[in-house]
Amino acid sequence: MTEHWKRSAGDLARDVTAGRVGAAEVLDAHRAQADRWDPAVHALLARDDERARRTASGKLQGPLAGVPFVAKDNLCTRGLRTTCGSRILEPYVPPYDATVIARLAAAGAVLYAKANCDEFAMGSSTENSAFGPSRNPYDTERVPGGSSGGSAVATATGMSAFSLGSETGGSVRQPASFTNLVGLKPTYGRLSRYGLVAFGSSLDQVGVFARSVADCALVFSVMAGPDENDMTTRPDGAFALEGLDLSAAGGKGLTVGVPRNILSEGLHPEVARAQTRAEEALGKAGVRVKEVHLVPPAACVATYYLLATAEASSNLARFDGVRYGFRAQPADDLLSLYTKTRGQGFGPEVTRRILLGTFALSAGYYDAYYRKALQARRRIRADLLAALSGVDALLLPTAPTPAFRLGEKAMDPLAMYLSDIFTIGANLAGVPALSVPCGFTADGLPVGAQLVGPALGEGTLFRLGAALEGALGGERRWPELVS
Amino acid sequence: MAIDRDTVRHVALLARLELSEEEIERYARELSAVLDYVAQLDALGLEDEEPLAQVNETFPPARPDHARPAPITREEALSQAPASDGTYFLVPPVVEYLEP
Amino acid sequence: MSASVASNAKDLAAELGWEAVIGLEVHIQLRTESKLFCACANRFGAEPNTLICPVCLGLPGSLPVLNARAVGFAVRLALALGADVHRRSIFARKNYFYPDMPKNYQISQYDEPIVTGGTLDIGERGAPRPVPIHRCHLEEDTGKSFHPERQGDRRETRVDFNRAGVPLIEMVSEPALASADEAYRYLTRLRQLVRVLGITDGDMEKGSLRCDANVSLRRPGETTLGTKAEIKNLNSIRAVERGIQAEIRRQAKILGGGGRVEQCTLLYDVDHDVLQVMRTKEFAHDYRYFPEPDLPPLEVSEAEIDAERRGMPELPAERVERFEKKLGLPAYDADVLAADYEVADYFERVVAGGAEAKAASNWVMGEMARASKERGWSVEQFAAVVAPERLAALAQLAKRGLVSGNLAKEVFEAMLEDPGDPEAIARARGLVQESDPSALRPLVEKILAAHPGPAEEFRSGKEKAFGFLLGQLMRATEGKANPQVARDLLREALEKTGSP
Repeated sequence: MTEHWKRSAGDLARDVTAGRVGAAEVLDAHRAQADRWDPAVHALLARDDERARRTASGKLQGPLAGVPFVAKDNLCTRGLRTTCGSRILEPYVPPYDATVIARLAAAGAVLYAKANCDEFAMGSSTENSAFGPSRNPYDTERVPGGSSGGSAVATATGMSAFSLGSETGGSVRQPASFTNLVGLKPTYGRLSRYGLVAFGSSLDQVGVFARSVADCALVFSVMAGPDENDMTTRPDGAFALEGLDLSAAGGKGLTVGVPRNILSEGLHPEVARAQTRAEEALGKAGVRVKEVHLVPPAACVATYYLLATAEASSNLARFDGVRYGFRAQPADDLLSLYTKTRGQGFGPEVTRRILLGTFALSAGYYDAYYRKALQARRRIRADLLAALSGVDALLLPTAPTPAFRLGEKAMDPLAMYLSDIFTIGANLAGVPALSVPCGFTADGLPVGAQLVGPALGEGTLFRLGAALEGALGGERRWPELVS
Repeated sequence: MAIDRDTVRHVALLARLELSEEEIERYARELSAVLDYVAQLDALGLEDEEPLAQVNETFPPARPDHARPAPITREEALSQAPASDGTYFLVPPVVEYLEP
Repeated sequence: MSASVASNAKDLAAELGWEAVIGLEVHIQLRTESKLFCACANRFGAEPNTLICPVCLGLPGSLPVLNARAVGFAVRLALALGADVHRRSIFARKNYFYPDMPKNYQISQYDEPIVTGGTLDIGERGAPRPVPIHRCHLEEDTGKSFHPERQGDRRETRVDFNRAGVPLIEMVSEPALASADEAYRYLTRLRQLVRVLGITDGDMEKGSLRCDANVSLRRPGETTLGTKAEIKNLNSIRAVERGIQAEIRRQAKILGGGGRVEQCTLLYDVDHDVLQVMRTKEFAHDYRYFPEPDLPPLEVSEAEIDAERRGMPELPAERVERFEKKLGLPAYDADVLAADYEVADYFERVVAGGAEAKAASNWVMGEMARASKERGWSVEQFAAVVAPERLAALAQLAKRGLVSGNLAKEVFEAMLEDPGDPEAIARARGLVQESDPSALRPLVEKILAAHPGPAEEFRSGKEKAFGFLLGQLMRATEGKANPQVARDLLREALEKTGSP
């Protein structure tokens, strides 16, 4: 039997469309991978094999015909439990599909499971899931990154041909870097957020995990474009694959900028090596590499943790045990219904962020914290755009370290927050960024390189990503299941 | 800036979160550390910077005023409710104190 | 139709030695087809929890999409108030927990509202009294909570989300009203205005207009404001007037006794005329407003403003002027008629039906107002019984002299029971005036024959005797003789017999 789970989404769709292989057979191959891997890595939450099976045996058409995928559990799926990795939504079944889910379905893709994540996408390791952590398939003692860890693991192990995650501050790129995947954080407003359970609304974007730049671009093209249900989508957000040169030579003549000033100190040696590798590989592919300057990214982290938490404190107010989800018992009056339900329903990281965000917006502190962070955001965006002005994209590491051990940072919120240090800027500025596999550490852990472009610059990022992919070459190194 | 326990208590009430004394203690400590970290923004000299709440500059137009039938039924909506009577969502009584 | 304000509303505070400072916040529920941020129907009275969707139910992942018509309505109101429409305004989240608020925040506007400034004129009979408006902003309504009856056995509060997301304009006046009477007039005029504008049905019983009042007292001549109390949920015009009076009395008593007014929120029970202080554990007030990240800045173009300007209906003040200048009505009539646009519309249809303007005005302000008041009818209910065309026909009967003024009132009364044509009614009931000389002449002769004395007196120059004889004639015809015809015939007969 062909190992369908190893194949690209594009190949699978072509074969299914041409009738060379049945979608059910493709689905079964991926489900078998899930059966094999999931006990060791805990990537999946709700699974609906039967429905997926029904879908797969129907008539499938479109650019993703018969391609199985999983979606992060903060994307609403009609009739399929959507918990956001939280106790407070444990029983919740949405009555509607997120727009991105609907668009993928219309393109023939087959959803069969929801993927584990940090509770409400808050975290960088997937350890904050109320349903237990996911594990990195390249070393199950290590985290897969987060918050979209389950989605990453699913695609890294062949449970799915691609997967959806979401980004607020790096939650797709960082796990992509930890699990040998391509991870895209699109331009803000290019993908609909309708049906994505909000964390930091002005920062949130749905993201894509794939094993190749070409697959990533394909999936993105199917979902991108304005949505009448989301007023923050861009009217000019559609993305066409036509004319996009994803060959190894497709990046020729482009220029990337390296913000050397923020990479000098404290960088993990393996990450520094990967950065050098990426620069050399791109150089080989005919891409010019030059130096640019960026504000120290610590300011991004500070800004991010005020803005994202402030928005989250409001976004998560709706989880109160009244209309859906968990309700604490007994609650004799309304106030205790609220405080008990929320006190018991949210995990510690979510509680911490709601407290911080509530504080940052509260009377007497708004100007000193929330407003100041909005001012910093303008500065950070201007700075990033200035750095981008003379180049086609920035090239920098995705994460400051390779995958860390479970529990290593769990007790130190600030240390955890700093693992997003290189990714947050793109979210604050609303620009696209792509993490591309860039080899492995001596211990066999994947490391990613990150490309950051101007708004609507996904096409350029894909070209550069494909160039890097091509230059680094070689056969995919799959994780091995150790029993 | 250091956050004291009373501030945590107040913020927790605003956010409707029940916290134990130990949790209050711990969050006061952790949030203080985060705020210390955040204080570095003061060094950026942001006084004259305009706040930026949203990054996009072009948006879709507002929706024409047309009603469509409800896309979900009452039964569907109430099926998710922790407490309902088949018609309404139910919550414990709102305690309002009225003084003459 | 006309103001029925208790006399002490005018200057209760002054009587008590104080000056009242009152500001009103009115929530105007907009009459759009769909809700403010989703396409669910904006409809009153549907089965509970049937006009709902992921957005207005606040389901995870849902996002608001702005209704363009609601924006147009805000522009229209601004134009009518002479207010500024801001080309760019910002939606903000107002954060607080309440079970009928699906997201536990309300999408509203805060420091950059769509409309600021303008005035609402509450003057009467040519004396303008413009009340400055602070701001108008767009926001979404909440659902509805049904709290357990105090003595009832139901323990829970029940929540219906049909109303959640219905568009509102919150219109905030400056604290510039000086009495309950002014507050009454403000609300009455505002209700008129927004109904003429077609932006709401203005039905207070259905909650289409809801009013909160801020009240404080100070000594006359003082310029600083006293501590204010907010009275919530004044949901009828009567409640606004009475509630404010009750609060003025309460504060005057506290201040008069040397006490201090505490800033508080009050509920007014209109049935028992009592104010209660509201203390709710659920309200820890810190709304933590911040810009709504799910919605773009609200931009209003010049073209949109122009479109609203072109579609503006005639405003009450413009109508008063037209009634005076074009229809020649006295200022008083114009003012009273235009004060209620339904009355004014009815009046105009009576005129269109062929009645003279002043006659139509007399009928509308006189008999129609009286009959409606006695029966508790709205204009619509009255019109269903007496269509304006029928009233116009009646006015024409009087003009033609077919019925006298008094008989016309009887015909009018009959028309309230009888849907027939006024002339047919008048004839069938014998209410038609006798103007035919040939029918009256025999009677005249009979009366002169029966009263030779007075006839003689008249001839000898005593005019008084004429009145007696005319009275006899009217009595003989049961008042139906056309007075002018009767007068002419009698004089003619007296002169004929008296001049040999």
